[in-house]
Amino acid sequence: MSTATQAVMPQKHYLNDNYGIRSWLLTKDHKRIAILYLFTITFFFFLGGLFAALIRLELLTPAGDLFQSDTYNKLFTMHGVNMIFFFLIPSVPAVLGNFLVPIMVGTKDLAFPKINLLSWYIFIAGAAFSLTALLYGGVDTGWTFYTPLSSGYLKTPVIVMGVGILIAGFASIFTGLNFIVTVHRMRAPGMTWGRLPLFVWANYAASLIMILGTPVLAITLILLVLERGFHIGIFDPKLGGDPVLFQHMFWFYSHPAVYIMILPGMGVISEIVTCFSRKRVFGYTFIAFSSIAIAVFGFVVWAHHMFVAGISTYSAMVFSLLSYAVAIPSAVKVFNWTATMYKGSVSYDTPMLYAFGFIGLFTVGGLTGLFLAALGLDVHIHDTYFVIAHFHYVMVGGMVMAYLGGLHFWWPKMTGRMYPEGWAKLAALITFIGFNLTFFPQFILGYLGMPRRYHSYPEEFQVLNVLSSAGASVLAVGFILPAIYFLWSLRYGEIAGPNPWNAKGLEWTTSSPPPTHNFDEIPVVTEEPYHYGANLDEEVAGVH
Amino acid sequence: MRRSPVSTSQTTTPATEHHPAWAHQFDSMEQQRDASSFGMWVFLLTEIMMFGGLFTAYLIYRIRYYDAFVAGSSSIDVKWGFYNTLVLIGSSFTMAMAVWAAHKGKRMQQVLYLVLTLVLGTVFLGVKAVEYKAKYDECHIPGGVIGKGFSATGAAGCSAEGNIAEDIEHPKNLAGKEVSGKPRAAAEQIARQTEIFFVFYFAMTGLHATHMIIGIGVLLWLLRRAWNSEFGPEYYTPVENFGLYWHFVDIVWIYLFPLLYLINRIPHK
Amino acid sequence: MSENSHPTPALYLVIVSCLFAGTVLTYFAATWEMGIFNPIVALTIACTKATLVILYFMHVRYSNKLTIVTVCAGFFWLLILISLSLSDYLTR
Repeated sequence: MSTATQAVMPQKHYLNDNYGIRSWLLTKDHKRIAILYLFTITFFFFLGGLFAALIRLELLTPAGDLFQSDTYNKLFTMHGVNMIFFFLIPSVPAVLGNFLVPIMVGTKDLAFPKINLLSWYIFIAGAAFSLTALLYGGVDTGWTFYTPLSSGYLKTPVIVMGVGILIAGFASIFTGLNFIVTVHRMRAPGMTWGRLPLFVWANYAASLIMILGTPVLAITLILLVLERGFHIGIFDPKLGGDPVLFQHMFWFYSHPAVYIMILPGMGVISEIVTCFSRKRVFGYTFIAFSSIAIAVFGFVVWAHHMFVAGISTYSAMVFSLLSYAVAIPSAVKVFNWTATMYKGSVSYDTPMLYAFGFIGLFTVGGLTGLFLAALGLDVHIHDTYFVIAHFHYVMVGGMVMAYLGGLHFWWPKMTGRMYPEGWAKLAALITFIGFNLTFFPQFILGYLGMPRRYHSYPEEFQVLNVLSSAGASVLAVGFILPAIYFLWSLRYGEIAGPNPWNAKGLEWTTSSPPPTHNFDEIPVVTEEPYHYGANLDEEVAGVH
Repeated sequence: MRRSPVSTSQTTTPATEHHPAWAHQFDSMEQQRDASSFGMWVFLLTEIMMFGGLFTAYLIYRIRYYDAFVAGSSSIDVKWGFYNTLVLIGSSFTMAMAVWAAHKGKRMQQVLYLVLTLVLGTVFLGVKAVEYKAKYDECHIPGGVIGKGFSATGAAGCSAEGNIAEDIEHPKNLAGKEVSGKPRAAAEQIARQTEIFFVFYFAMTGLHATHMIIGIGVLLWLLRRAWNSEFGPEYYTPVENFGLYWHFVDIVWIYLFPLLYLINRIPHK
Repeated sequence: MSENSHPTPALYLVIVSCLFAGTVLTYFAATWEMGIFNPIVALTIACTKATLVILYFMHVRYSNKLTIVTVCAGFFWLLILISLSLSDYLTR
């Protein structure tokens, strides 16, 4: 990168403003809280990854020879619980969102900084319960905790785990509450809704889901814990209860939860695609409203997880139809990102590589979601590896790639340092290859009928399973590399300067890392978002 | 149309206007008040959904086990629920008055109304304790882990009022005369099914009571601050926002009362 | 939002009287034989009481649009949960 002057680290910024453990554990600075979350969720990512590795190890051979079936049940449960509740749900909102939303709307901090810190402590408390459950042997119900298995039949620490997830849910609620109030009430002068970065729209929409859906999970888990602890029969048929009711209440949250996970990732992709195409995002209004549409529609499709659970056919048809509808706003986004790239000046920096990966893999994942939304087809592929492949395509191929892309894009802003581009590109490539090798065979396995959550399978499925496990080891390398070079970059990375990507957006107008109060002077916004393209040639010459 | 924030003081604020309660992230006290109030409403939104989940489950089971719900509802003493409803509505009134007094800067009235709200809230909880004790005596606590074990069919050690099967088989009219009821087997089945009703009775009133206890804790804190004259026309946000919370808890009870106590109180002929 | 008009204590007294009256009414209504209208009347009275509390005690009557949208959104979402869940149970 040849710039006229060498970039220098600012004298005082949020990282060196105050030293000592108390200044971190009692901070009210949204940026420091984001870093606290970063460390916490990275830990859970690798913990969940460890369980995944063990699962794939077991599935190398058709016989259930590495673990007993009860242990295997614990592996996939702990993988799911840790990845979903302790990594994916907080990932972009709690790390990138916390860091960037106040800066992007042009204010000094979130609306309620103390509640922000509280949310991290609540998250830690939930995590502590979860780890306690792990120490007591782990839970084996599946991350979905279906009753009456979870409420009446197992000796594993379901209550401890349930309480942990319940508590972590409140962390999510407080984050969402903070974002919503901040976006409504703390925008800088001139920052109208129509000038907000799409990342903010996406986090806002995800926050709506957080506050409307998570409380229902809370009450569901409370009832589950009560049932298990006090032997009351809400969900247990033996005692007059209805197990399908548990599923209704559980999925009322857990389906919108997947949109909590993906929407912020989509926000990241919007930011990356426009910057690395040097072009205004196509259809800003459509992308903004599609985020809201996904949030709203996401609430009326939950029973597509229950097609074979015993719901009425009429109800299943309605949910199937609505599930098709919810794909539309997502498709709108994919079209708009593609149109943004069209006739743009596309560069292939690492964040953009992850964005490419996202767009392709999310599309595959999303389309296979439609397969599952089709009532007649779902009857055959429900609870098979097809479902697993589908959600890993959207969650890993989509969301994790978006998270990594976002981390790379904003790493210079957060730390003042650049990561090593060569290694980063290599890691992105390895991740992409490893991901597809792991999960594409699973579509075929599911189609051929291999059920999920089984530790043994018929001989004829072995080749595909071995491919999948091989892919998993490649994927692991792809994930470990960034952990290493990000840490390396903190000490040895090139100093980034305020705007290494020459991007538009308020966060790039302040120093890298930003000062504690974000802006030396609160900006007054007069330009439209993503005003690239006015002097395209000049811009292209200025970058690299 | 209001676009926020429309503050003209961007970075520095005149020291003379700095209210001690002004938090640094806000541009003005007005923005702080707006944001705090909105934040409390968003929080109440989450509470609507949390109680809402319980209400949904209640509704589904009421449809499925209607007779049992009627029987269970009739076995709880309606007068306590009725008085408690009046008490809680009264406390909502005193809370609204406390907010008004804070807004007007009247210290003694603030304190008075906050104390009244506290007293009424405590009375409510006291009555609930009486009700729960009655349920304990009647062996109507579901599950068997707490209490004497559930029985609505007249097990030993349970007070006679708890024998719901008896009430279904031999109901009495207003004059105290026995009228025709259901056959024994049906009566016993319905009585057994009332356990689900009581799950909801305890879960819903329990969650509600938990919110009240937390509210009373916050009230004590507010009382201390009101006593220290911390609230006045320029700043009474905590009182106002707590008022919102307290009214919400009142609204939940407004629904709980008919749904739990008044499912069917039509006297037998 | 500058100073909202604040309800007066007199208004609060009127409202609380209505709420007391509603409570008495709902108790007696539960003792009258009205068939399918029993639950309907009970819920209507409860909703009316809730509305009075929301509008006057919680000042929504004097609030900005955002507050009103928030309140409506809450009840609307609850309606989604209840109606779509019921749509399964009632069509089995």
